[in-house]
Amino acid sequence: MKMNGAQIIWECLVREGVEIVFGITGGKVIPLYHELPAYPIHHITMRHEQAAAHAADGYARATGKVGVCIATSGPGATNLVTGLANAQMDSSPIVAITGQVASGDLGTDAFQEVDITGITMPITKHNCLITNVTELAQAIREAFHIARTGHPGAVLLDVTVDAQMGQCEFVYPEAVNLPGYKPHTRGNLRQVAQAAEMINQAKRPVLMVGRGVIVAHAQDELVELAEKAQIPVSTTLLGKSAIPESHPLSLGMGGMHGESYTNLAVQQADLIIGIGTRFDDRFTSAAHTFAPQAKIIHIDIDPAEIAKRVRVDLPIVGDALNVLRELVPLVKEAGHAEWIEIIDGWRSESHEHSRHWEEGEVLVPQYVVRSISELTQGDALMVSDVGQNQMWEAQYYIHNRFGGLISSGGLGTMGFALPASIGAQAGCPECTVWVVAGDGGLQMTIQELATIVQERLPIKIALLNNGYLGMVRQWQEFFFERNYCGTPILGPDFAKVAEAYGMAGITVCEKAQVGVALERAMQIDGPVLIDFRIEQEHNVFPMVPAGRPIDEMIRRPKQV
Amino acid sequence: MTLAKDYNNNSRRTLVVLMEDKPGVLSNVSNMFRRRNYNIESLTVGHSETPNISRMTVVVHASDTVLEQVIKQLYKLIHVTKVTDITDDDAVIRELALIRVHAISTSRAEIKQLVDIFRAQIIDVAHDSMTIEITGTEDKVDSLVEILRPFGIKELTRTGRVAMVRGGLAAGGRG
Ligand SMILES: Cc1ncc(C[n+]2csc(CCOP(=O)(O)OP(=O)(O)O)c2C)c(N)n1
Ligand SMILES: [Mg+2]
Repeated sequence: MKMNGAQIIWECLVREGVEIVFGITGGKVIPLYHELPAYPIHHITMRHEQAAAHAADGYARATGKVGVCIATSGPGATNLVTGLANAQMDSSPIVAITGQVASGDLGTDAFQEVDITGITMPITKHNCLITNVTELAQAIREAFHIARTGHPGAVLLDVTVDAQMGQCEFVYPEAVNLPGYKPHTRGNLRQVAQAAEMINQAKRPVLMVGRGVIVAHAQDELVELAEKAQIPVSTTLLGKSAIPESHPLSLGMGGMHGESYTNLAVQQADLIIGIGTRFDDRFTSAAHTFAPQAKIIHIDIDPAEIAKRVRVDLPIVGDALNVLRELVPLVKEAGHAEWIEIIDGWRSESHEHSRHWEEGEVLVPQYVVRSISELTQGDALMVSDVGQNQMWEAQYYIHNRFGGLISSGGLGTMGFALPASIGAQAGCPECTVWVVAGDGGLQMTIQELATIVQERLPIKIALLNNGYLGMVRQWQEFFFERNYCGTPILGPDFAKVAEAYGMAGITVCEKAQVGVALERAMQIDGPVLIDFRIEQEHNVFPMVPAGRPIDEMIRRPKQV
Repeated sequence: MTLAKDYNNNSRRTLVVLMEDKPGVLSNVSNMFRRRNYNIESLTVGHSETPNISRMTVVVHASDTVLEQVIKQLYKLIHVTKVTDITDDDAVIRELALIRVHAISTSRAEIKQLVDIFRAQIIDVAHDSMTIEITGTEDKVDSLVEILRPFGIKELTRTGRVAMVRGGLAAGGRG
């Protein structure tokens, strides 16, 4: 059948299973949008292209499907950049489609021409410029294949306006043609057997789990391995929610703001089994100080991640699910009673145990987050922003829902949470979605409240409002003589802003009001923003100073 | 610099990289070297024996650990199909240089003699200069350049290394 380029794009998207796309139109994508009404795809009109990319990213993480965003040429395309980098860093599969000036005008600095494939080359897994309608179908097929397979990531297709309008016979490509792209998904069996042997020998093993386990849906196999050999499980920030955190073997998040017992366990371990993690510096700190007594097994789908930052004694390149399925039967049952007792000893001295945050009158963020955790029974889909709020969410929300945390890990992008929650809620309409954000980050993408209202998405927003770019202020307090340069920020009356956008707004200044406000938010059938005016100079503890070994943390002062 | 790189034991390595001949591939490869802070000395690219496959010869300064990363990061680029480290193979390695050297009637004969010793060729003569073409190992090219320097080098261009393993094995795999 003869089709134009725009029709081919939608037709291919439908065949890829796309149901929702996030975007903003403009001169060089009008032909594309013109054909959209004929296809069963819902377009969510965002208020900024960065938000469109974050929404696609949030959608991808919530659903496991590829997220799609659309922008026009020039400024539309450059606005996507942060969102693409964010998705790429966190292995989130998204496909961005940008319009481009007509092929005859390329290279002439035409109105709204920008070399977006050049700009995004280092922050995408793959990108390409399409100038001819006949190349479109194959390019889209390959874009989705590359985004979702192997080490997932961001792909950008830049389509000239003449390629959108040109006509050709549409043939859906049956296969991809990528001779240089063959992800390794099955682990080498000899290495798997060796790993089992190392696990069977270990006295003090610790699992270190990253987002790869969530991407591979290997949660059952992970728990099976942990339980069979009684191995405590630590996670990275993005590995949170790979194992229910109320599981007795869960140690929660380790690293710069990890709990002391988690970091002590990692540093004292004689074997670290890293799965689907890139041994990021926020977890390991300086590579040579990491787990000094341990042998390291590294299971990852991407060969380039092996031994990139830390030494590895045994690499296994493969998909976490496949490898764990081969590995678990070879691992012997074990108790590790002594080791677990040591860790539990550390745990009993911990903050989690003492629950200090419940004491006192001051409105502290720990209390807010733990109240949300208890109210939602750890089962909400949490979307956190960046800064102190992100760390408090990670420390005090007990994630029991698989894949229940969406956060910007690798890039640490302030302003991520609100637009990402739009994608998450749109992709997962039956979930309870909560945003936890700071006053700085929220103001970076606050315009998306309009999108939330327009789309009638019942997102609940917990703003941890401290009047500061808090995480940076904390560094200034600890390491830069309390010189609060550039960190105090004046915010609007956020509840009124919410109301002005057409959603409910609540302000909470006292601890005693927290429970009531949360209950009310859950009862409201629609979006709600709660502005929690938390103690302004509250800090995140424990904290490992930059470059120090992760068991040399600054502990909590006694009160909170 | 955040990558835990081991810059000790750096040595020169020669990689042969085969890749699909698609727009942007060359800049993607060179971009990757820049962004990951790898130290390249030379990079040459041209057609290979297979249609639509380009062949690149890259010389990098790297330790064993860094070299391993370089190879993996190259493979990670979607259009790269094969990477071979031929540093320790028995390989023919050549470079071509064009050298325009200041030459007046009194120095021409001497230059001609040197060029002959190096089995290089004079490919152009003007009233105050001569252009010389030399093909050989980098050492040989270096030596000729140094010997000609006192005469006054007006212009110099070198291709960088191109390489091929001797005998039956093709870098692109077996055959
Ligand atoms: C886009 C962006 N700009 C700057 C930073 C640097 N940064 C990291 S945390 C932070 C403070 C965040 O403040 P806020 O959103 O109020 O959260 P809080 O730490 O107070 O909870 C800043 C400025 C960043 N991560 N992202
Ligand atoms: Mg703040």
